[in-house]
Amino acid sequence: MRKAFLITAAVLALTSGQALAANDAVRVIVIKNHHFEPTDVKIPADQRVKLLIDNQDPTPEEFESRDLRREKIVPGNTKATVWIGPLKTGEYHFSGEYNEDTAQGTLIVE
Amino acid sequence: MLGAALIVFREVLEAVLIVAIVMGASRGVAGRGRWVGGSIIAGGLGACLVAAFASAISSAMDGRGQELLNAGVLLLAVVMLGWHNTWMSAHGRELAARMRQVGHDVSVGLKPLSALALVTFFAVLREGSETVLFMYGLIASGAAGTGLLAGSFLGLSGGVALGGLIYRGLLVIPVSRFMSVVSWMVLVLAAGLAANAADYLNQAGLVPSLMPQVWDSSDILRQDGVIGTLLHILIGYTDRPMGIQVAFYVTTLATILLLMRISRPTTDPKPS
Repeated sequence: MRKAFLITAAVLALTSGQALAANDAVRVIVIKNHHFEPTDVKIPADQRVKLLIDNQDPTPEEFESRDLRREKIVPGNTKATVWIGPLKTGEYHFSGEYNEDTAQGTLIVE
Repeated sequence: MLGAALIVFREVLEAVLIVAIVMGASRGVAGRGRWVGGSIIAGGLGACLVAAFASAISSAMDGRGQELLNAGVLLLAVVMLGWHNTWMSAHGRELAARMRQVGHDVSVGLKPLSALALVTFFAVLREGSETVLFMYGLIASGAAGTGLLAGSFLGLSGGVALGGLIYRGLLVIPVSRFMSVVSWMVLVLAAGLAANAADYLNQAGLVPSLMPQVWDSSDILRQDGVIGTLLHILIGYTDRPMGIQVAFYVTTLATILLLMRISRPTTDPKPS
């Protein structure tokens, strides 16, 4: 039983690891107190990247980037996925439309 | 407070402008007030539903639910606008003649009205749900709420007032040219909405960008400025469009124009 569990766990770990490796890079951006954490997000160039926006505030936020041509509403206490790229090197600005005074960030592609 | 007013104003602006154009397009049609009013209310209720189920929608379809819903709603509006223009192209003249004859609003049957009602419904649904979410956030965060809430209502009334003004402006156009001006407005509105839908479909990973940036006119006219925003809504202006957006725009424009031409009554004298 225990062996079976260990094997299953190992297989799961391997396959999920493979899935990640075969898939694309993931970056988590947390929204807390209407701020992005981190505010500077570095990603590799010429590659599709999954941004996981984790809104830990109870209020909804709209993740918006005119540079990236993305806008996505992230309800309070939920996570949302935003796919970006492949992008050229450079800086791309993003913000939280509902709290633009505080929610500002930059995506650095290098 | 002013910040909240601005955000809400921006969110409702698109719906308001679309309603103004719809009111223009249905000018002289009996019962349009009921239809448009009813679809604004239905759209508002739908917006509250979409807002209430925002998390469920967001996580649906592998986290692409929101994009697909937006794209779907936009494309349905494009179809309805295209259909309306095609119908007007076939029946517009006859309709105008009847209006002159009877001297008051004429009934046109359910089809053209229901298409415009759906366009209104979709516009209010889409833009309204974002407004509802924003205002819900304000209420939920409590404390500073009252000023912000007042600001939101200020933005909402400002948007509605502007819509009324624009509709008034439309009515200034001489009756003889009115129908053709409105049909051009509907045409470019539809093309612009199709380009927006392409944006969402690309975000959902369903269509390629074709070309990340066809041009960059953000130095000349920023899309998020006052004029840029208005042009974005009315004619689909985008300062840094992807190839797929341009493709959707041109295809929609060409398709609707073609349908309008095909459906034009052949007995009509050709305008020289």
